[in-house]
Amino acid sequence: MTNATEKTTLRKIFDWHEQRLPIVSFIDHAVGTQYPAPRNLNYFWNFGFIAGFMLAVMTVTGIFLAMNYVAHTSMAFDSVERIMRDVNYGWLLRYMHANGASFFFIAVYIHIFRGLYYGSYKAPREVLWWIGLLILLAMMATAFMGYVLPWGQMSFWGATVITSMFTAIPWVGNAITTLLWGGFAVDYPTLNRFFALHYLLPFVIFGLVFMHIWALHIPGSNNPLGIDVSTKDKIPFHPYYTVKDAFGVGVFLLFYFAVVFWAPNALGEVDNYVKANPLQTPPHIVPEWYFLPFYAILRAIPNKLLGVIAMFGSILIMFVLPWLDTSRIRSATFRPVYKWLLIVFMLDCALLTWCGAQLPEGAPLILGRIGAAWYFLHLLVLTPVVGWLETPKPLPASIGEPVLRPAE
Amino acid sequence: MANTAPAHPTHAGGAAGETRRDFLLDMTVATGVVGGVMMVWPLIHSMNPAADTLSLSTTEFSVAGIAEGMGITVLWRGKPVFARHRTAAEIEAAQKVNLAELRDPAKDADRVKKDHENMLVLVGVCTHLGCIPLGMKPTDPRGEFGGWFCPCHGSEYDTSGRIRRGPAPANLEVPPYSFVNDTTVRVG
Repeated sequence: MTNATEKTTLRKIFDWHEQRLPIVSFIDHAVGTQYPAPRNLNYFWNFGFIAGFMLAVMTVTGIFLAMNYVAHTSMAFDSVERIMRDVNYGWLLRYMHANGASFFFIAVYIHIFRGLYYGSYKAPREVLWWIGLLILLAMMATAFMGYVLPWGQMSFWGATVITSMFTAIPWVGNAITTLLWGGFAVDYPTLNRFFALHYLLPFVIFGLVFMHIWALHIPGSNNPLGIDVSTKDKIPFHPYYTVKDAFGVGVFLLFYFAVVFWAPNALGEVDNYVKANPLQTPPHIVPEWYFLPFYAILRAIPNKLLGVIAMFGSILIMFVLPWLDTSRIRSATFRPVYKWLLIVFMLDCALLTWCGAQLPEGAPLILGRIGAAWYFLHLLVLTPVVGWLETPKPLPASIGEPVLRPAE
Repeated sequence: MANTAPAHPTHAGGAAGETRRDFLLDMTVATGVVGGVMMVWPLIHSMNPAADTLSLSTTEFSVAGIAEGMGITVLWRGKPVFARHRTAAEIEAAQKVNLAELRDPAKDADRVKKDHENMLVLVGVCTHLGCIPLGMKPTDPRGEFGGWFCPCHGSEYDTSGRIRRGPAPANLEVPPYSFVNDTTVRVG
Protein backbone atom coordinates (compact mmCIF):
# COMPACT_ATOMS: atom_id res chain seq x y z
CA MET A 1 0.00 0.00 0.00
CA THR A 2 2.59 2.50 1.08
CA ASN A 3 6.06 2.93 -0.37
CA ALA A 4 8.95 1.66 1.69
CA THR A 5 10.19 5.20 2.11
CA GLU A 6 6.88 6.32 3.65
CA LYS A 7 6.59 3.50 6.19
CA THR A 8 6.13 4.52 9.76
CA THR A 9 8.07 2.78 12.49
CA LEU A 10 4.91 1.05 13.67
CA ARG A 11 4.24 -0.20 10.15
CA LYS A 12 7.80 -1.55 9.93
CA ILE A 13 7.41 -3.46 13.17
CA PHE A 14 4.04 -4.78 11.95
CA ASP A 15 5.50 -5.90 8.60
CA TRP A 16 8.49 -7.50 10.31
CA HIS A 17 6.13 -9.54 12.46
CA GLU A 18 3.74 -10.41 9.61
CA GLN A 19 6.63 -11.78 7.55
CA ARG A 20 7.43 -14.19 10.38
CA LEU A 21 3.89 -14.99 11.54
CA PRO A 22 1.20 -13.63 9.21
CA ILE A 23 -1.52 -13.81 11.81
CA VAL A 24 -3.26 -10.57 10.87
CA SER A 25 -3.29 -11.57 7.21
CA PHE A 26 -4.66 -14.94 8.22
CA ILE A 27 -7.55 -13.39 10.14
CA ASP A 28 -8.10 -10.93 7.30
CA HIS A 29 -8.48 -13.83 4.88
CA ALA A 30 -10.72 -15.77 7.28
CA VAL A 31 -13.25 -13.14 8.34
CA GLY A 32 -11.87 -9.88 7.01
CA THR A 33 -11.46 -7.84 3.87
CA GLN A 34 -9.95 -10.72 1.92
CA TYR A 35 -12.94 -13.03 2.29
CA PRO A 36 -15.43 -12.26 -0.48
CA ALA A 37 -18.98 -13.16 0.57
CA PRO A 38 -22.16 -13.13 -1.53
CA ARG A 39 -23.81 -9.76 -1.38
CA ASN A 40 -27.31 -11.10 -0.77
CA LEU A 41 -26.84 -12.87 2.59
CA ASN A 42 -29.91 -12.33 4.76
CA TYR A 43 -30.19 -12.14 8.54
CA PHE A 44 -30.29 -15.93 8.87
CA TRP A 45 -26.59 -15.82 7.99
CA ASN A 46 -25.93 -14.01 11.28
CA PHE A 47 -26.36 -17.14 13.35
CA GLY A 48 -23.03 -18.74 12.56
CA PHE A 49 -21.26 -15.69 13.92
CA ILE A 50 -23.69 -15.56 16.86
CA ALA A 51 -23.01 -19.23 17.65
CA GLY A 52 -19.28 -18.53 17.65
CA PHE A 53 -19.87 -15.56 19.93
CA MET A 54 -21.86 -17.72 22.33
CA LEU A 55 -19.07 -20.31 22.34
CA ALA A 56 -16.74 -17.57 23.53
CA VAL A 57 -19.26 -16.40 26.17
CA MET A 58 -19.66 -19.96 27.45
CA THR A 59 -15.92 -20.54 27.58
CA VAL A 60 -15.12 -17.32 29.43
CA THR A 61 -17.95 -17.57 31.98
CA GLY A 62 -17.19 -21.27 32.38
CA ILE A 63 -13.53 -20.68 33.19
CA PHE A 64 -14.46 -18.23 35.96
CA LEU A 65 -17.18 -20.52 37.29
CA ALA A 66 -14.71 -23.40 37.40
CA MET A 67 -12.56 -21.33 39.76
CA ASN A 68 -15.33 -21.59 42.35
CA TYR A 69 -16.84 -24.97 41.55
CA VAL A 70 -15.96 -28.16 43.42
CA ALA A 71 -16.46 -31.43 41.52
CA HIS A 72 -17.20 -33.65 44.47
CA THR A 73 -20.56 -35.18 45.34
CA SER A 74 -20.38 -33.86 48.89
CA MET A 75 -19.59 -30.29 47.85
CA ALA A 76 -20.77 -29.70 44.28
CA PHE A 77 -24.32 -28.61 45.12
CA ASP A 78 -23.18 -26.33 47.94
CA SER A 79 -20.37 -24.87 45.86
CA VAL A 80 -22.93 -23.85 43.22
CA GLU A 81 -25.09 -22.25 45.91
CA ARG A 82 -21.99 -20.46 47.18
CA ILE A 83 -21.41 -19.15 43.66
CA MET A 84 -24.99 -17.87 43.67
CA ARG A 85 -24.88 -16.25 47.10
CA ASP A 86 -21.32 -15.40 48.08
CA VAL A 87 -19.07 -15.12 45.05
CA ASN A 88 -18.97 -11.59 43.63
CA TYR A 89 -21.21 -11.57 40.54
CA GLY A 90 -21.35 -15.36 40.79
CA TRP A 91 -25.09 -15.23 40.10
CA LEU A 92 -24.39 -13.36 36.87
CA LEU A 93 -21.74 -15.80 35.74
CA ARG A 94 -23.90 -18.82 36.49
CA TYR A 95 -27.08 -17.42 34.93
CA MET A 96 -25.10 -16.33 31.87
CA HIS A 97 -23.60 -19.81 31.60
CA ALA A 98 -26.79 -21.80 32.19
CA ASN A 99 -28.93 -19.64 29.90
CA GLY A 100 -26.01 -19.22 27.54
CA ALA A 101 -26.25 -22.95 26.80
CA SER A 102 -29.88 -22.48 25.78
CA PHE A 103 -29.10 -19.49 23.59
CA PHE A 104 -26.11 -21.26 22.08
CA PHE A 105 -28.49 -24.04 21.03
CA ILE A 106 -31.06 -21.51 19.76
CA ALA A 107 -28.39 -19.94 17.57
CA VAL A 108 -27.10 -23.30 16.35
CA TYR A 109 -30.56 -24.71 15.62
CA ILE A 110 -31.47 -21.62 13.58
CA HIS A 111 -28.08 -21.97 11.86
CA ILE A 112 -28.88 -25.61 11.03
CA PHE A 113 -32.40 -24.90 9.78
CA ARG A 114 -30.98 -22.10 7.66
CA GLY A 115 -28.59 -24.65 6.15
CA LEU A 116 -31.48 -27.04 5.57
CA TYR A 117 -33.66 -24.41 3.91
CA TYR A 118 -31.01 -22.96 1.63
CA GLY A 119 -29.36 -26.30 0.87
CA SER A 120 -26.01 -25.43 2.43
CA TYR A 121 -25.33 -29.14 3.02
CA LYS A 122 -25.24 -29.97 -0.67
CA ALA A 123 -22.20 -30.27 -2.93
CA PRO A 124 -19.63 -28.87 -2.59
CA ARG A 125 -20.28 -28.29 1.13
CA GLU A 126 -20.83 -31.85 2.44
CA VAL A 127 -17.72 -31.89 4.62
CA LEU A 128 -18.61 -28.47 5.98
CA TRP A 129 -22.00 -29.95 6.92
CA TRP A 130 -20.37 -32.98 8.55
CA ILE A 131 -18.12 -30.84 10.70
CA GLY A 132 -21.14 -28.82 11.72
CA LEU A 133 -22.90 -32.00 12.81
CA LEU A 134 -19.81 -33.02 14.78
CA ILE A 135 -19.95 -29.63 16.49
CA LEU A 136 -23.60 -30.29 17.34
CA LEU A 137 -22.74 -33.69 18.83
CA ALA A 138 -19.86 -32.22 20.84
CA MET A 139 -22.16 -29.44 22.05
CA MET A 140 -24.74 -31.99 23.16
CA ALA A 141 -22.15 -33.97 25.11
CA THR A 142 -20.82 -30.79 26.68
CA ALA A 143 -24.27 -29.50 27.59
CA PHE A 144 -25.32 -32.84 29.06
CA MET A 145 -22.23 -33.13 31.24
CA GLY A 146 -22.48 -29.48 32.27
CA TYR A 147 -26.04 -30.08 33.42
CA VAL A 148 -24.79 -32.84 35.73
CA LEU A 149 -22.29 -30.59 37.51
CA PRO A 150 -24.68 -28.69 39.88
CA TRP A 151 -25.54 -32.10 41.31
CA GLY A 152 -29.24 -31.44 41.74
CA GLN A 153 -31.93 -34.06 41.34
CA MET A 154 -32.25 -33.46 37.59
CA SER A 155 -28.47 -33.57 37.24
CA PHE A 156 -28.25 -36.92 38.92
CA TRP A 157 -31.23 -38.58 37.27
CA GLY A 158 -30.47 -37.06 33.88
CA ALA A 159 -26.98 -38.50 34.14
CA THR A 160 -28.40 -41.85 35.21
CA VAL A 161 -30.89 -42.02 32.34
CA ILE A 162 -28.51 -40.88 29.61
CA THR A 163 -25.64 -43.12 30.66
CA SER A 164 -28.05 -46.04 31.08
CA MET A 165 -28.84 -45.79 27.36
CA PHE A 166 -25.56 -47.57 26.78
CA THR A 167 -26.91 -50.61 28.63
CA ALA A 168 -29.10 -51.14 25.57
CA ILE A 169 -26.05 -52.27 23.64
CA PRO A 170 -26.20 -56.09 23.47
CA TRP A 171 -23.60 -58.11 25.42
CA VAL A 172 -21.23 -55.29 26.41
CA GLY A 173 -23.76 -52.61 27.38
CA ASN A 174 -23.47 -53.07 31.13
CA ALA A 175 -19.69 -53.17 31.02
CA ILE A 176 -19.60 -49.94 29.00
CA THR A 177 -21.95 -48.23 31.42
CA THR A 178 -19.88 -49.31 34.41
CA LEU A 179 -16.84 -47.89 32.62
CA LEU A 180 -18.62 -44.57 32.01
CA TRP A 181 -19.71 -44.38 35.63
CA GLY A 182 -16.43 -45.51 37.16
CA GLY A 183 -18.59 -47.52 39.55
CA PHE A 184 -21.95 -49.19 39.81
CA ALA A 185 -24.05 -46.04 39.76
CA VAL A 186 -23.61 -42.36 38.96
CA ASP A 187 -21.38 -41.21 41.79
CA TYR A 188 -18.28 -39.22 42.70
CA PRO A 189 -16.05 -40.68 39.95
CA THR A 190 -18.73 -39.93 37.36
CA LEU A 191 -19.08 -36.32 38.50
CA ASN A 192 -15.36 -35.75 38.56
CA ARG A 193 -14.75 -37.09 35.04
CA PHE A 194 -17.78 -35.23 33.71
CA PHE A 195 -16.23 -32.01 35.00
CA ALA A 196 -12.91 -32.85 33.33
CA LEU A 197 -14.64 -33.61 30.03
CA HIS A 198 -16.97 -30.63 30.31
CA TYR A 199 -13.88 -28.43 30.53
CA LEU A 200 -12.15 -30.27 27.67
CA LEU A 201 -14.88 -30.50 25.05
CA PRO A 202 -15.29 -26.75 24.39
CA PHE A 203 -11.71 -26.70 23.17
CA VAL A 204 -12.51 -29.63 20.90
CA ILE A 205 -15.43 -27.53 19.65
CA PHE A 206 -13.06 -24.61 19.03
CA GLY A 207 -10.92 -26.94 16.91
CA LEU A 208 -13.97 -28.13 15.00
CA VAL A 209 -15.11 -24.54 14.46
CA PHE A 210 -11.70 -23.79 13.00
CA MET A 211 -12.13 -26.68 10.55
CA HIS A 212 -15.75 -25.61 9.90
CA ILE A 213 -14.55 -22.16 8.81
CA TRP A 214 -11.70 -23.69 6.85
CA ALA A 215 -14.12 -25.96 5.00
CA LEU A 216 -16.40 -22.96 4.45
CA HIS A 217 -13.64 -21.04 2.71
CA ILE A 218 -12.98 -23.68 0.06
CA PRO A 219 -16.30 -23.17 -1.79
CA GLY A 220 -17.21 -19.91 -0.03
CA SER A 221 -20.50 -19.05 1.64
CA ASN A 222 -23.79 -20.33 0.27
CA ASN A 223 -26.50 -17.69 -0.21
CA PRO A 224 -30.29 -17.36 -0.15
CA LEU A 225 -30.53 -18.08 -3.89
CA GLY A 226 -28.36 -21.17 -3.54
CA ILE A 227 -26.62 -20.47 -6.83
CA ASP A 228 -22.90 -20.34 -7.49
CA VAL A 229 -21.75 -16.76 -7.14
CA SER A 230 -19.38 -14.88 -9.41
CA THR A 231 -16.82 -12.40 -8.11
CA LYS A 232 -18.88 -9.38 -9.13
CA ASP A 233 -21.67 -10.53 -6.85
CA LYS A 234 -19.37 -10.67 -3.84
CA ILE A 235 -18.44 -8.07 -1.26
CA PRO A 236 -15.71 -8.18 1.37
CA PHE A 237 -16.72 -9.85 4.63
CA HIS A 238 -15.22 -6.89 6.45
CA PRO A 239 -16.70 -4.33 6.84
CA TYR A 240 -20.01 -5.42 5.32
CA TYR A 241 -20.73 -8.62 7.22
CA THR A 242 -18.73 -7.85 10.34
CA VAL A 243 -21.02 -4.86 10.79
CA LYS A 244 -24.13 -6.86 9.98
CA ASP A 245 -23.05 -9.66 12.33
CA ALA A 246 -22.26 -7.18 15.09
CA PHE A 247 -25.75 -5.77 14.73
CA GLY A 248 -27.20 -9.28 14.82
CA VAL A 249 -25.20 -10.12 17.94
CA GLY A 250 -26.52 -6.94 19.56
CA VAL A 251 -30.13 -7.90 18.90
CA PHE A 252 -29.47 -11.48 20.03
CA LEU A 253 -27.89 -10.21 23.25
CA LEU A 254 -31.05 -8.22 24.02
CA PHE A 255 -33.04 -11.45 24.14
CA TYR A 256 -30.27 -13.35 25.91
CA PHE A 257 -29.84 -10.83 28.70
CA ALA A 258 -33.59 -10.28 29.02
CA VAL A 259 -33.73 -13.92 30.09
CA VAL A 260 -30.52 -13.76 32.16
CA PHE A 261 -31.78 -10.79 34.17
CA TRP A 262 -35.55 -11.22 34.27
CA ALA A 263 -36.29 -14.92 33.88
CA PRO A 264 -33.04 -16.72 34.66
CA ASN A 265 -34.75 -19.92 35.79
CA ALA A 266 -37.49 -19.97 33.16
CA LEU A 267 -35.66 -22.55 31.06
CA GLY A 268 -34.52 -24.68 33.99
CA GLU A 269 -36.21 -27.27 36.18
CA VAL A 270 -37.02 -26.48 39.81
CA ASP A 271 -36.08 -30.02 40.79
CA ASN A 272 -32.46 -29.17 40.10
CA TYR A 273 -32.48 -26.91 43.16
CA VAL A 274 -32.96 -30.07 45.22
CA LYS A 275 -29.70 -31.81 46.03
CA ALA A 276 -29.11 -35.11 44.26
CA ASN A 277 -30.64 -38.06 46.07
CA PRO A 278 -29.64 -41.49 44.74
CA LEU A 279 -32.58 -43.06 46.61
CA GLN A 280 -35.40 -41.05 45.05
CA THR A 281 -36.24 -40.29 41.42
CA PRO A 282 -38.22 -37.06 40.86
CA PRO A 283 -41.82 -37.63 39.70
CA HIS A 284 -41.26 -36.09 36.25
CA ILE A 285 -37.92 -36.34 34.51
CA VAL A 286 -37.32 -34.09 31.51
CA PRO A 287 -34.09 -33.05 29.84
CA GLU A 288 -33.30 -29.45 28.95
CA TRP A 289 -35.49 -28.13 26.13
CA TYR A 290 -32.81 -28.50 23.48
CA PHE A 291 -32.81 -32.28 23.95
CA LEU A 292 -36.59 -32.68 23.99
CA PRO A 293 -37.15 -33.70 20.33
CA PHE A 294 -34.59 -36.48 20.66
CA TYR A 295 -36.05 -37.50 24.00
CA ALA A 296 -39.50 -37.69 22.37
CA ILE A 297 -38.11 -39.99 19.67
CA LEU A 298 -36.51 -42.18 22.34
CA ARG A 299 -39.80 -42.56 24.19
CA ALA A 300 -41.90 -43.01 21.06
CA ILE A 301 -40.51 -46.50 20.51
CA PRO A 302 -41.56 -49.15 23.04
CA ASN A 303 -38.30 -51.07 22.75
CA LYS A 304 -35.13 -50.19 24.65
CA LEU A 305 -32.53 -50.87 21.96
CA LEU A 306 -34.62 -49.59 19.04
CA GLY A 307 -35.50 -46.42 20.95
CA VAL A 308 -31.84 -45.65 21.57
CA ILE A 309 -30.97 -46.45 17.96
CA ALA A 310 -33.74 -44.17 16.70
CA MET A 311 -32.62 -41.35 18.96
CA PHE A 312 -28.97 -41.46 17.93
CA GLY A 313 -30.05 -42.26 14.37
CA SER A 314 -32.09 -39.07 14.18
CA ILE A 315 -28.85 -37.10 14.23
CA LEU A 316 -26.56 -39.58 12.49
CA ILE A 317 -28.94 -39.74 9.52
CA MET A 318 -28.17 -36.08 8.91
CA PHE A 319 -24.65 -37.10 7.86
CA VAL A 320 -26.07 -38.71 4.69
CA LEU A 321 -28.59 -35.95 4.01
CA PRO A 322 -26.48 -34.58 1.13
CA TRP A 323 -27.21 -37.87 -0.68
CA LEU A 324 -30.73 -38.41 0.59
CA ASP A 325 -31.63 -35.09 -0.99
CA THR A 326 -31.65 -35.99 -4.69
CA SER A 327 -32.38 -32.46 -5.91
CA ARG A 328 -29.45 -30.43 -7.20
CA ILE A 329 -31.25 -27.15 -6.49
CA ARG A 330 -29.90 -25.80 -3.21
CA SER A 331 -32.31 -23.08 -2.10
CA ALA A 332 -35.82 -24.19 -1.14
CA THR A 333 -36.97 -20.85 -2.55
CA PHE A 334 -36.95 -22.51 -5.99
CA ARG A 335 -38.45 -25.82 -4.83
CA PRO A 336 -42.23 -25.36 -4.56
CA VAL A 337 -42.97 -28.74 -3.00
CA TYR A 338 -39.89 -29.30 -0.89
CA LYS A 339 -40.18 -25.80 0.59
CA TRP A 340 -43.48 -26.70 2.27
CA LEU A 341 -42.25 -30.14 3.13
CA LEU A 342 -39.33 -28.55 4.97
CA ILE A 343 -41.61 -26.13 6.81
CA VAL A 344 -43.71 -29.12 7.92
CA PHE A 345 -40.48 -30.81 9.02
CA MET A 346 -39.61 -27.81 11.19
CA LEU A 347 -43.13 -27.90 12.70
CA ASP A 348 -42.60 -31.62 13.29
CA CYS A 349 -39.42 -30.83 15.26
CA ALA A 350 -41.42 -28.30 17.27
CA LEU A 351 -44.11 -30.91 17.89
CA LEU A 352 -41.49 -33.40 19.07
CA THR A 353 -40.06 -30.74 21.38
CA TRP A 354 -43.49 -30.28 22.94
CA CYS A 355 -44.10 -34.03 23.20
CA GLY A 356 -40.73 -34.53 24.87
CA ALA A 357 -41.79 -32.27 27.72
CA GLN A 358 -45.07 -34.14 28.40
CA LEU A 359 -45.67 -37.32 30.35
CA PRO A 360 -45.35 -40.20 27.86
CA GLU A 361 -48.95 -41.34 27.88
CA GLY A 362 -52.22 -40.56 26.09
CA ALA A 363 -52.23 -37.93 23.35
CA PRO A 364 -48.61 -36.72 23.77
CA LEU A 365 -47.37 -40.29 23.30
CA ILE A 366 -49.49 -40.80 20.17
CA LEU A 367 -48.42 -37.41 18.79
CA GLY A 368 -44.81 -38.22 19.68
CA ARG A 369 -45.02 -41.44 17.68
CA ILE A 370 -46.55 -39.65 14.71
CA GLY A 371 -43.90 -36.96 14.99
CA ALA A 372 -41.05 -39.47 15.21
CA ALA A 373 -42.43 -41.44 12.25
CA TRP A 374 -42.75 -38.26 10.19
CA TYR A 375 -39.17 -37.26 11.09
CA PHE A 376 -37.78 -40.42 9.50
CA LEU A 377 -40.37 -40.52 6.71
CA HIS A 378 -39.37 -37.00 5.74
CA LEU A 379 -35.66 -37.73 5.63
CA LEU A 380 -35.65 -41.29 4.29
CA VAL A 381 -38.58 -41.27 1.83
CA LEU A 382 -40.03 -37.84 1.08
CA THR A 383 -36.72 -36.00 0.66
CA PRO A 384 -35.33 -38.34 -2.07
CA VAL A 385 -38.70 -38.85 -3.78
CA VAL A 386 -39.57 -35.15 -3.93
CA GLY A 387 -36.11 -34.45 -5.25
CA TRP A 388 -36.82 -36.76 -8.18
CA LEU A 389 -40.39 -35.74 -8.94
CA GLU A 390 -40.42 -32.01 -8.25
CA THR A 391 -40.14 -29.40 -10.99
CA PRO A 392 -38.08 -26.51 -9.64
CA LYS A 393 -38.63 -22.88 -10.53
CA PRO A 394 -36.08 -21.35 -12.90
CA LEU A 395 -32.90 -20.20 -11.19
CA PRO A 396 -31.56 -16.68 -11.74
CA ALA A 397 -28.27 -16.54 -13.61
CA SER A 398 -26.71 -14.34 -10.96
CA ILE A 399 -27.55 -12.53 -7.74
CA GLY A 400 -27.70 -9.23 -9.60
CA GLU A 401 -29.89 -10.42 -12.48
CA PRO A 402 -33.34 -10.29 -10.83
CA VAL A 403 -32.76 -6.76 -9.49
CA LEU A 404 -30.75 -5.23 -12.33
CA ARG A 405 -32.67 -3.88 -15.29
CA PRO A 406 -31.91 -5.77 -18.50
CA ALA A 407 -30.50 -2.60 -20.08
CA GLU A 408 -27.68 -2.60 -17.55
CA MET B 1 -30.00 -0.93 -3.49
CA ALA B 2 -27.31 -3.44 -4.15
CA ASN B 3 -26.65 -2.18 -7.67
CA THR B 4 -26.04 1.41 -6.63
CA ALA B 5 -23.77 0.99 -3.61
CA PRO B 6 -20.17 1.82 -4.49
CA ALA B 7 -17.45 -0.44 -3.13
CA HIS B 8 -16.31 2.16 -0.63
CA PRO B 9 -18.80 4.86 0.32
CA THR B 10 -16.97 8.13 0.23
CA HIS B 11 -16.59 10.64 3.01
CA ALA B 12 -19.05 12.91 1.29
CA GLY B 13 -19.71 15.24 4.20
CA GLY B 14 -16.21 16.56 4.83
CA ALA B 15 -12.70 15.65 5.84
CA ALA B 16 -11.79 12.31 7.36
CA GLY B 17 -13.11 11.84 10.88
CA GLU B 18 -16.00 14.23 10.44
CA THR B 19 -18.66 12.37 8.53
CA ARG B 20 -21.83 10.82 9.84
CA ARG B 21 -20.35 7.42 9.05
CA ASP B 22 -17.25 8.14 11.14
CA PHE B 23 -19.47 9.25 13.99
CA LEU B 24 -21.47 6.03 13.82
CA LEU B 25 -18.29 3.99 13.73
CA ASP B 26 -16.91 5.83 16.76
CA MET B 27 -20.16 5.36 18.65
CA THR B 28 -20.28 1.66 17.81
CA VAL B 29 -16.70 1.06 18.88
CA ALA B 30 -17.20 3.11 22.05
CA THR B 31 -20.34 1.16 22.94
CA GLY B 32 -18.54 -2.12 22.36
CA VAL B 33 -15.57 -1.07 24.47
CA VAL B 34 -17.75 0.21 27.34
CA GLY B 35 -19.88 -2.93 27.20
CA GLY B 36 -16.80 -5.13 27.14
CA VAL B 37 -15.27 -3.39 30.13
CA MET B 38 -18.57 -3.63 32.02
CA MET B 39 -18.50 -7.38 31.40
CA VAL B 40 -14.83 -7.79 32.29
CA TRP B 41 -15.29 -6.30 35.76
CA PRO B 42 -17.73 -8.99 37.02
CA LEU B 43 -15.33 -11.65 35.71
CA ILE B 44 -12.36 -10.16 37.54
CA HIS B 45 -14.32 -9.27 40.66
CA SER B 46 -15.55 -12.87 40.92
CA MET B 47 -11.94 -13.76 41.76
CA ASN B 48 -11.87 -11.36 44.74
CA PRO B 49 -12.77 -12.70 48.20
CA ALA B 50 -16.37 -13.89 48.26
CA ALA B 51 -18.88 -12.95 50.95
CA ASP B 52 -18.26 -16.12 52.94
CA THR B 53 -14.52 -15.47 52.86
CA LEU B 54 -14.97 -11.89 54.05
CA SER B 55 -17.27 -13.08 56.83
CA LEU B 56 -14.34 -15.00 58.33
CA SER B 57 -12.42 -11.75 58.75
CA THR B 58 -12.50 -11.55 62.56
CA THR B 59 -11.05 -14.05 64.98
CA GLU B 60 -11.44 -13.98 68.78
CA PHE B 61 -9.15 -15.77 71.18
CA SER B 62 -8.30 -15.81 74.90
CA VAL B 63 -4.90 -14.72 76.14
CA ALA B 64 -5.62 -15.75 79.72
CA GLY B 65 -3.69 -18.99 79.54
CA ILE B 66 -0.48 -17.61 78.02
CA ALA B 67 2.30 -17.69 80.60
CA GLU B 68 4.94 -14.97 80.65
CA GLY B 69 7.55 -15.60 77.97
CA MET B 70 5.22 -17.85 76.00
CA GLY B 71 3.00 -17.22 72.99
CA ILE B 72 0.25 -18.72 70.89
CA THR B 73 -0.44 -18.72 67.17
CA VAL B 74 -4.02 -18.33 65.94
CA LEU B 75 -5.44 -18.35 62.42
CA TRP B 76 -6.89 -15.09 61.07
CA ARG B 77 -8.01 -14.85 57.41
CA GLY B 78 -5.93 -17.93 56.65
CA LYS B 79 -2.78 -16.37 58.10
CA PRO B 80 -1.01 -16.96 61.44
CA VAL B 81 -1.31 -14.29 64.13
CA PHE B 82 1.25 -14.32 66.91
CA ALA B 83 0.23 -13.35 70.46
CA ARG B 84 3.28 -13.29 72.73
CA HIS B 85 3.21 -12.57 76.46
CA ARG B 86 6.45 -10.61 76.79
CA THR B 87 8.68 -10.66 79.84
CA ALA B 88 9.62 -7.41 81.56
CA ALA B 89 13.14 -7.69 80.15
CA GLU B 90 11.80 -8.10 76.60
CA ILE B 91 9.54 -5.06 76.98
CA GLU B 92 12.39 -2.99 78.34
CA ALA B 93 14.67 -4.08 75.48
CA ALA B 94 12.01 -3.16 72.96
CA GLN B 95 11.37 0.26 74.51
CA LYS B 96 14.92 1.47 74.87
CA VAL B 97 16.02 0.83 71.28
CA ASN B 98 17.30 3.94 69.52
CA LEU B 99 14.78 4.53 66.73
CA ALA B 100 17.52 5.91 64.50
CA GLU B 101 19.01 2.42 64.31
CA LEU B 102 15.83 0.91 62.89
CA ARG B 103 15.17 0.16 59.23
CA ASP B 104 11.44 0.76 59.74
CA PRO B 105 11.31 3.11 62.72
CA ALA B 106 8.38 2.55 65.07
CA LYS B 107 7.98 3.05 68.81
CA ASP B 108 7.19 -0.05 70.81
CA ALA B 109 4.36 1.86 72.47
CA ASP B 110 2.68 2.27 69.09
CA ARG B 111 2.79 -1.47 68.46
CA VAL B 112 0.89 -2.57 71.57
CA LYS B 113 -2.32 -1.51 73.33
CA LYS B 114 -2.04 0.81 76.32
CA ASP B 115 -2.17 -1.09 79.64
CA HIS B 116 -1.55 -4.30 77.69
CA GLU B 117 2.12 -3.66 76.92
CA ASN B 118 2.97 -7.22 77.88
CA MET B 119 0.83 -8.66 75.05
CA LEU B 120 2.33 -8.29 71.57
CA VAL B 121 -0.03 -9.22 68.71
CA LEU B 122 1.48 -9.53 65.23
CA VAL B 123 0.69 -11.00 61.86
CA GLY B 124 3.14 -13.91 61.73
CA VAL B 125 4.16 -13.40 58.12
CA CYS B 126 7.66 -12.27 57.21
CA THR B 127 7.52 -9.00 55.28
CA HIS B 128 10.17 -10.33 52.89
CA LEU B 129 8.44 -13.14 51.00
CA GLY B 130 5.72 -14.47 53.24
CA CYS B 131 7.27 -17.28 55.31
CA ILE B 132 6.34 -17.76 58.96
CA PRO B 133 9.23 -16.61 61.19
CA LEU B 134 10.37 -18.98 63.96
CA GLY B 135 10.26 -17.89 67.60
CA MET B 136 6.90 -18.96 69.01
CA LYS B 137 8.22 -22.17 70.54
CA PRO B 138 10.83 -22.09 73.32
CA THR B 139 13.07 -24.32 71.22
CA ASP B 140 12.87 -22.05 68.14
CA PRO B 141 15.80 -19.84 67.12
CA ARG B 142 14.86 -16.22 67.75
CA GLY B 143 17.81 -14.45 66.21
CA GLU B 144 20.20 -12.04 67.86
CA PHE B 145 17.47 -9.58 68.89
CA GLY B 146 15.35 -12.09 70.82
CA GLY B 147 12.21 -11.81 68.72
CA TRP B 148 11.74 -13.89 65.60
CA PHE B 149 13.99 -15.45 63.02
CA CYS B 150 12.73 -16.23 59.53
CA PRO B 151 14.09 -19.56 58.28
CA CYS B 152 13.59 -18.77 54.61
CA HIS B 153 16.05 -15.90 54.14
CA GLY B 154 17.30 -15.08 57.60
CA SER B 155 15.39 -11.94 58.53
CA GLU B 156 15.62 -11.18 62.25
CA TYR B 157 12.98 -9.32 64.26
CA ASP B 158 13.24 -7.91 67.77
CA THR B 159 10.93 -8.28 70.78
CA SER B 160 8.60 -5.69 69.29
CA GLY B 161 8.51 -7.54 65.95
CA ARG B 162 10.58 -4.85 64.23
CA ILE B 163 12.95 -5.80 61.42
CA ARG B 164 16.57 -5.57 62.55
CA ARG B 165 18.62 -7.59 60.12
CA GLY B 166 18.16 -9.52 56.87
CA PRO B 167 16.32 -8.84 53.62
CA ALA B 168 12.84 -8.02 54.96
CA PRO B 169 11.96 -4.34 54.32
CA ALA B 170 9.41 -3.73 57.10
CA ASN B 171 8.38 -4.66 60.62
CA LEU B 172 5.99 -7.54 61.26
CA GLU B 173 2.53 -6.12 60.70
CA VAL B 174 0.35 -5.27 63.70
CA PRO B 175 -3.15 -6.39 62.71
CA PRO B 176 -6.21 -4.33 63.62
CA TYR B 177 -7.28 -5.76 66.97
CA SER B 178 -8.80 -4.83 70.30
CA PHE B 179 -9.22 -6.22 73.78
CA VAL B 180 -12.86 -7.23 74.15
CA ASN B 181 -12.11 -7.67 77.86
CA ASP B 182 -8.92 -8.16 79.89
CA THR B 183 -8.33 -11.66 78.55
CA THR B 184 -10.02 -11.73 75.14
CA VAL B 185 -8.56 -10.33 71.91
CA ARG B 186 -10.51 -9.83 68.70
CA VAL B 187 -8.43 -9.57 65.56
CA GLY B 188 -9.93 -7.96 62.45
